Amino acid sequence: MEFHETTLENGLKVIAELNSAAQSVAAGVFVRTGSRDETEDVSGVSHFLEHMAFKGNEVYSADDVNRIFDELGANYNASTSEEVTQFYAAILPEHLPTALEMLTALLYPSLRGDDFEMEKKVILEEIGMYDDQPTFTAYEQVMQAHFPTHPLGRKILGTSDSVSALTADAMRQYHTDHYRTGNMVLAIAGRGDWGEVCDLVQAHCGSFPEGRTKRDTSPPPVGGQTQVVERPASLQQHVMQLAPAPPADHPLRYAADLLGVIVGDHSSSRLYWELVDPGHAESADLGYNDYDGTGTWLTYLGCPPQAVAENLQRIHAVYEQVNRDGVSSIELEQAQNRIASSIVLRSERPMGRLGALGSNWVYLGQYRSVEEDLDTVRGITVEDMTELLAEYPLAAVSTAAVGPLASL
Amino acid sequence: MSQTAIIHTLANGLTLIIEPMRDVRSAAFSFLVPAGSVHDPAGQNGTAAILSDLMLRGAGSLDSRQLTATLDNLGLQRGESVGVKHLGFSGATVADRLPEALTVYGDILKNPHLPPDQFDASRDGLEMTLHAMQDEPRQRLMVELRRHCFPSPWGTPTYGQLEQLPEISSESVGDHFRQLVRPNAAILGVAGGIDPVEVLAVVEEAFGDWEPLPETAFETGVQAHVVEHIHHDSTQTHIGIAYDAVPYRHEDYYTAWAAVGVLSGGMSSRLFTEVRERRGLCYAISAVLNSLPHHARVLAYAGTTSERAQETLDVTLEEIRRVAEGIEPGELERCQSRAKSSLIMEQESTIARAGAIARDWFHLGRITTLEEVRGKIEALTVETVLEYIHAHPAEDFTVVTIGPEPLDLDTQQE
Repeated sequence: MEFHETTLENGLKVIAELNSAAQSVAAGVFVRTGSRDETEDVSGVSHFLEHMAFKGNEVYSADDVNRIFDELGANYNASTSEEVTQFYAAILPEHLPTALEMLTALLYPSLRGDDFEMEKKVILEEIGMYDDQPTFTAYEQVMQAHFPTHPLGRKILGTSDSVSALTADAMRQYHTDHYRTGNMVLAIAGRGDWGEVCDLVQAHCGSFPEGRTKRDTSPPPVGGQTQVVERPASLQQHVMQLAPAPPADHPLRYAADLLGVIVGDHSSSRLYWELVDPGHAESADLGYNDYDGTGTWLTYLGCPPQAVAENLQRIHAVYEQVNRDGVSSIELEQAQNRIASSIVLRSERPMGRLGALGSNWVYLGQYRSVEEDLDTVRGITVEDMTELLAEYPLAAVSTAAVGPLASL
Repeated sequence: MSQTAIIHTLANGLTLIIEPMRDVRSAAFSFLVPAGSVHDPAGQNGTAAILSDLMLRGAGSLDSRQLTATLDNLGLQRGESVGVKHLGFSGATVADRLPEALTVYGDILKNPHLPPDQFDASRDGLEMTLHAMQDEPRQRLMVELRRHCFPSPWGTPTYGQLEQLPEISSESVGDHFRQLVRPNAAILGVAGGIDPVEVLAVVEEAFGDWEPLPETAFETGVQAHVVEHIHHDSTQTHIGIAYDAVPYRHEDYYTAWAAVGVLSGGMSSRLFTEVRERRGLCYAISAVLNSLPHHARVLAYAGTTSERAQETLDVTLEEIRRVAEGIEPGELERCQSRAKSSLIMEQESTIARAGAIARDWFHLGRITTLEEVRGKIEALTVETVLEYIHAHPAEDFTVVTIGPEPLDLDTQQE
């Protein structure tokens, strides 16, 4: 594994972890823009833009874009989160030049008005699709309950109303403002030649506009609200709860991942043994989500409506005990082994490494090798876990419920 | 697709396939045990699913918690699945821990405790899973579509049916284990950075004394091509369409695969382009070739808001039928490119390889080589694909919809 980095004159950061033993190569552009960077009147625009990227530019039509990627046999797509929009493709090494040209073409689409109106219909269907998935609804609701006055609380897709009202001009303005080199990193993982990568990037990205948008990363106020979406015909109740956890650049973020495994992994954890193994709940998970400047403990409970109250008590009894007594060295070691093997497995595929490369750069501005990640995970002590729990105790500050119950 | 797979059948009938891989630190296994839902006793659909859960609740000298702790300590990323034909047990971890994990699975498969005092918890868990699936129209749709488009019992819901759960008992689950979980007809695929000699020795030691059982027989029933609507107050109407194709073991399988690839391969394929990109009718649309040992179906899905659902169904069916009128050379070439690149990328994943060699053995009784598959893909022509489509036309559709309103199926063109 060799790490390389360079910065083009226009400020575009290019990073690569090249591995001559790999059989494929993955390339991605990570743009530091997502729903938290939107104002309420353009809610959903970052995600909508991600769709419009595939509609082509002055050189390539929409049909060309998909056809060319498919001709390469590429495994390609894009995604949008609260904070990052990413475009990626995994290809055989000989197709890297064309794949890079196409990926960079995605970033500056023409944003034609008729394409915009057609794709709006697709986005409204996507909103409808998630509406039929209760866990997705619960997640959107609990983010809103937790960050009621902060853009992190808004829906990534926007609402049917906000998307319907969005104009192509507003999207063009948002694109001009955010798709600037200071907000991007282009990352490559797998088999490739660094000299060739540099030449290709210079050729395709040298004219990207400079600049960087400012994001307010001061910790947002936490709402502590409860939102209930009543669906009387449903059989299962879904409850999600949030509480503050370390932000993405916090030194204890790896400890937070480990705590999530120890307390809330879905196949064996404190919550599993207390709720799932005895058949009280279908799911009782704890996860750790990190963002710029903040983080959340996400509790998820899925169970029959009549069992919700008792199960929430069980969960909070587990949390109280963990907050009070910490975790054991045996539990910690098991979790370290599990996370270490998942890091090894994920990193064996260029596509798996690409995500880690990109997000480390976006959030930390640094490269971390697989070995560094493994050493960090193995180096975490029971005392680190105690420190984490003192600063970010497990709790349920904000709540959302979707299912038959009218109230919690 | 391996050049190096080592195949060994133990005296008791267990087939072990080992594929050493270069440049990987991990190793993975995939166990297929012939005790899937197709064998659920009549009126007790869900038996295999409960058995799969109970088998991990203690085995050999370890109780439930000790067993899980042992697997966790090995860093094992594990999964249990209930298939139509098989119970699946899979896992992956760093390569030097794999032998120890296989030893533990010897106990899970041969000597599970199946604790009667945990039966209720297991059945309650399954009931909740079925409730959650019932609430998600897309998941429910695919279960119903499979149930209707395959002849019984091949379409039996793998996770059971709510109304039949009360009929299942701890004893019937125990019987299912004693009659079906056996080394003969079981398959273990292992792939990764392992020493085959060591793996072979470990497997002999862990599974060599596993007693074979007689084969079980069941009758395959008939299949009716149905059109069904299930009422659900959902935002979208979820549409499932199925029609016949040839199974993995058939000589025309790759041709059938290409015929589906033209419809729904990458984002330049017909359904995505015509239904989503040109008309904006849906976000999710797909068609896949789903193969059982002797039956295969193309399963297509589209989700769309109800007022546009009729148009979505009509356009989707029209596109499915229209492939028979002709295929552009470029459409086939794109399918071939995607197949060739995914063949190579699969070689980078120990989990994918372990699963592929076990599946190959089940369907074909041998392991395909990379060259063989590549050769078959390259040999496809527009003419052979069209010939296949004309010999196996998309007709006699099974159509299931879930949503607020039923749709009309245009039967005149059938």
